[in-house]
Amino acid sequence: MAKQNAVTKKSDVKKVGYFARLRHDLAINKSLYLILLVPVLWYAIFAYGPMYGALMAFQKFNARLGIGGSPWVGFDNFVRFFSDPYFTRDLINTLRISIASVVFYFPMPIIFALLINEIDSRRFVKVVQTITYIPHFISLVVVCGMIKTFVASDGIITTLVSSITGIEFKESLLNNANLFTTIFVGSDIWQNIAWSSIIYIAAIMGVEQQLYEAAAIDGAGRLRQVWYVTLPSILPTIITMLILRMGSIFSVNNEKILLLINQLNAEQGETLSYYIYKKGITNADYSLSSAAGLFNSVINLVFVVATNYISKKCSDTYLW
Amino acid sequence: MWKKSKSRRIFEVFNVLFMFFMMFIMLYPLIFVLNASFSDSNALIRNGGAPLWLPLEPTANAYVMTFKNPLIVSGYLNTIFIVIAGTLVSVIMSAMCAYPLSKRGLMLNGIITKLIMFTMMFGGGLIPFYLLVKNLGLTDNLWGLIIPTAISTYNMIVLRTGFAAVPESLSESALIDGAGHMTILFKIMIPLAKASFAVIALYYGVAYWNSWFHASIFLQRDSKQWPLQLVLRQILIMNDVQTGETAIDQQQNIAESIKYAVIVVATVPILCVYPFIQKYFTKGVMVGAVKG
Repeated sequence: MAKQNAVTKKSDVKKVGYFARLRHDLAINKSLYLILLVPVLWYAIFAYGPMYGALMAFQKFNARLGIGGSPWVGFDNFVRFFSDPYFTRDLINTLRISIASVVFYFPMPIIFALLINEIDSRRFVKVVQTITYIPHFISLVVVCGMIKTFVASDGIITTLVSSITGIEFKESLLNNANLFTTIFVGSDIWQNIAWSSIIYIAAIMGVEQQLYEAAAIDGAGRLRQVWYVTLPSILPTIITMLILRMGSIFSVNNEKILLLINQLNAEQGETLSYYIYKKGITNADYSLSSAAGLFNSVINLVFVVATNYISKKCSDTYLW
Repeated sequence: MWKKSKSRRIFEVFNVLFMFFMMFIMLYPLIFVLNASFSDSNALIRNGGAPLWLPLEPTANAYVMTFKNPLIVSGYLNTIFIVIAGTLVSVIMSAMCAYPLSKRGLMLNGIITKLIMFTMMFGGGLIPFYLLVKNLGLTDNLWGLIIPTAISTYNMIVLRTGFAAVPESLSESALIDGAGHMTILFKIMIPLAKASFAVIALYYGVAYWNSWFHASIFLQRDSKQWPLQLVLRQILIMNDVQTGETAIDQQQNIAESIKYAVIVVATVPILCVYPFIQKYFTKGVMVGAVKG
């Protein structure tokens, strides 16, 4: 008994083995661990299960034989994937849409938040926010349905574009591959600019009022206050959001692609995740699709880790 | 405070005008859809791409046709089931995950949290996930749209943050009084972390309401099982591909205004509850942002 009591002394804790401590921990917190068991099992099955299943990327997978029985083929599926002429095209399409989104979409909510912040009437701000958030709550299927009808040959957007540019369009703008990225990113801005600005508005509201007062005493006008006080203060938020965004530079919202793609715009609209969908679900070429999927997952992971690392080195902002 | 300079005033006027412009851009497409849904199809086609300020030759025919479509009705019922059952399952599972993880002093919490966070950054991919669900016999079954996607790690973390803010002493004293952890979770934590619960319940609810992709790959046998969004995709997206835009037969004319009516029917419920739930959503964005 005396020995057991001694365990509680800090200097002795190290002497007790990890597994002994673990057993003790499991015993006293049994009911908590039992609760946790259900979600942990869920993660094991539905999050880690597919990671095990991804091994089929290295197999000539046969559904009847399963992962255990299918023959291993090394990197054959990856060779098939990389030598597919669509691979390069789809990779470029993915990057084109992603980079366009970072360049054109990403700054928009920040600008919107700064402009909202310049409105003095709280009530007007509330009205603007309530109304501009609405598109975010419309389902993606409906938004894409609206896009389709609006950019059809006689759609309202097509008519508007025609009257501005003077070009007559005989068919839907969606059938023009060169316009795919514009439509994709443009509708994203419409749907989410205000919603994405919430986080920046919150950051701006957190800026200390004294900073503005000090800047004003130093003779800074409103524009300079924004440039020298507001922006530096919300920079950590901006960088965090940029890290998150850069981490997913190789993934484009596949559901939206699926809703907007057709045979005529696939030249610029088909992304890697669409390729994975097409090969896997439509053509049932499971091994090839898994190889492409694994490539995509790994590259995404590398990008999240890399952007976080770079940001950690260059600034003080990082996610972990 | 300070007196406003002239340039400042001019800026403010333009800023307010810009905000009105933004509100117009956000609202007009919806007003157009509403007007078009109450318009006569032929008038709509004659109108072409001109803006609509009022319905043309007002009629509710499109709505009659919409509700005659059996898939719309079954889609609605399926979606209601998925949203209610799914949100319940998801919230309970998330709570069961978040509550133990919010406790300090569990030895395994660190490693389990790391393993869970890792799944946010890396996944097995679409096909392994699809085959897994198929092998578990969850395809062609509405539960297959709920169980495999029951926990969203992001929402779980929002909830964990909410739990962590509840003082430890409360659950400790309940433990001393003989309450089990399940009782504490449902009797103490849920009422005290009410805001976090509301936030994630809404997030889950909206996600279930909007989801269609898994339904499109898991429910291939019977379109009677389809949720509303998948039916909408069939009407709004798929039809369009086959019917040439120049064909002007009667069938297609009706389809023109039906599309708009379908959009209204599918969007109005969300927009009706939206004003009441908006603040919880905004709160959710903040909580998630703090915790990352």
